[in-house]
Amino acid sequence: MTSKITGIAASDGIAQAKAYLLVEPDLTVEKNEVSDTDGEMKRLKKATDKAKEQLTKIKAVAKESLGEEEAQVFDAHIMVLSDPDLMDQTKSVIDSEGVNAEYAFKQVTDTFITMFEGMEDNAYMQERAADIRDVRKRVIANLLNVTLPSPATIDEEVIIIAEDLTPSDTAQLNKKYVKAFVTNIGGRTSHSAIMARSLEIPAIVGTKDITERVEEDDQLIVDGMNGDVYIDPTQEEVSAFNKKAKEYDELKLEWEQLLNEPSVTKDGKHVEIGANIGTPKDLVGVKDNGAEAVGLYRTEFLYMDSAELPTEEEQFKAYKEVLEGMEDKPVVVRTMDIGGDKELPYLELPEEMNPFLGYRAIRISLDRDSIFRTQLRALLRASVHGTLRIMFPMIATLQEFREAKAILEEEKALLLEKGVEVSDSIEVGIMIEIPAAAVLADQFAKEVDFFSIGTNDLIQYSMAADRMNERVSYLYQPYNPSILRLVKHVIDSAHKEGKWAGMCGEMAGDQTAVPLLLGLGLDEFSMSATSVLKTRSLFKKLDSEKMKELSNKAVNECTTVDEVIELVGQYVK
Amino acid sequence: MEKREYTIIADTGIHARPATLLVQQASKFNSDITLEYKGKSVNLKSIMGVMSLGVGKGAEVTITADGADEKDAIEGIDGTIKNEGMAE
Repeated sequence: MTSKITGIAASDGIAQAKAYLLVEPDLTVEKNEVSDTDGEMKRLKKATDKAKEQLTKIKAVAKESLGEEEAQVFDAHIMVLSDPDLMDQTKSVIDSEGVNAEYAFKQVTDTFITMFEGMEDNAYMQERAADIRDVRKRVIANLLNVTLPSPATIDEEVIIIAEDLTPSDTAQLNKKYVKAFVTNIGGRTSHSAIMARSLEIPAIVGTKDITERVEEDDQLIVDGMNGDVYIDPTQEEVSAFNKKAKEYDELKLEWEQLLNEPSVTKDGKHVEIGANIGTPKDLVGVKDNGAEAVGLYRTEFLYMDSAELPTEEEQFKAYKEVLEGMEDKPVVVRTMDIGGDKELPYLELPEEMNPFLGYRAIRISLDRDSIFRTQLRALLRASVHGTLRIMFPMIATLQEFREAKAILEEEKALLLEKGVEVSDSIEVGIMIEIPAAAVLADQFAKEVDFFSIGTNDLIQYSMAADRMNERVSYLYQPYNPSILRLVKHVIDSAHKEGKWAGMCGEMAGDQTAVPLLLGLGLDEFSMSATSVLKTRSLFKKLDSEKMKELSNKAVNECTTVDEVIELVGQYVK
Repeated sequence: MEKREYTIIADTGIHARPATLLVQQASKFNSDITLEYKGKSVNLKSIMGVMSLGVGKGAEVTITADGADEKDAIEGIDGTIKNEGMAE
């Protein structure tokens, strides 16, 4: 019988495939006394040999589908498995205590893990401890004869079912075979949701218990538009799904017609639609969806995907690749936004009570300016390869902006002195995500070249509601008149000084928000690449004058978010 | 038996990439190879052993190779140490 589970629709599209449970099996180890210690040694050898084979295979697949860098972690794992000390010590525990291999192996690895975690240079050692944990899991699974999920080796079409997906899980997924994600936890802005949109596959998050309700190989239908998952669908449901999928495909075809069209409204007003990216690899999606700019390049992945600070050369290479790839279309690069929910083990940042209100982004950059200067030099050097715009995140005060800008000018002067070429038309702007900066936008507008409104944070800070906390998620209200007023003030302030205002949060691609933002006069809309064509198609149906009327009403007359949604419904059929 | 002494000058000490490369290099040889630091001696073919020493910048370490290919081993390791800028 079919059952249906509904979660939060996080990425559009429809998929049908069998379930792949990315859930760890029970790996509890019991202590058994054994007399045949030689037999245990053999079991251990067999399990580690098998683990090496598995890892070699995983590494090959990962290298193929994800690239050399992502695959390197498996080298570290193979090295741990080949460690003579680790094996010798395990053998001696089996021998001297007469215990089973899994127990001995767990005991020995525990000693190493405790030792590494207790050592100085914590960040690096934590990672090594994590490597040992990963390897141990594999060896023990082999000893217990259970299978570990290894997403990197998936070679048939599946829908991934998981508690949540971490960046390292998603790094191992081959886009060719993964048709959709469904997770227990998360919301529209959680990592797995953003990842799904950038992979252009449907996703449903926050189902609470999908991992309990679906079994491996169950047939599933995922409807990313409504947030519905059908388990073991009936024939009728399958045909309804096929119809809907066909309609969606037709709609997509209609959108694809707009691939090389400019983004204009019904009455001929031009707006810029950009795409948000995290790595140079995402340029493929930007091109495939016809974005007119990169409205947000999140550089923190350069820092997060590495075990140490990325060098100037590494950064230069990435920035140059993006700028060249965009062929003179503008690229807004946001300087390092670490902190908040994005940790960086090797920076050894102290744990904070309120990381979102703490030491993050520009606050770190200004405090540890050598990291910031390295990034700015890389950016300045890359600037001659395209149209670069630099954006500072989490600016709260004009002082911070002035300080950051001064450092940029200093580095630029130093490079020019050395005879390095630097573009002289780099726009420098800020992200508006702190209410204080939004309120003072009229003053900021005199000094910056542009604003880009980061709505995810602006909303959570304005509403004082943690966007990760599901109990207060009802306060994530992009259409609340209060938020619209802030956005209006920012856009008006920019225009008064002859500057432009963009938006790079989730809201910019939201089909209810777009008419309002157009009415408020937003110049640039930057969104997940997959939303670009859908939004371009929406613009074609909107009259900018009429939307101005709509947004004025929403800002001046509406009292609640529901009233705004209703009003939009009246204006946009 | 071949023996060499080094003062580590790399900021990261014998960590991360350098540690991995040293272990890979040592594993190519049949000789028993050890790394000694602060009176503690570990198998240079064991990544966990090497890391457990926590060799930082300024550390004075001794590397010993003992076996049929000890000369090649000590030269090979010496090359890795210098190429990677761990010591001069």
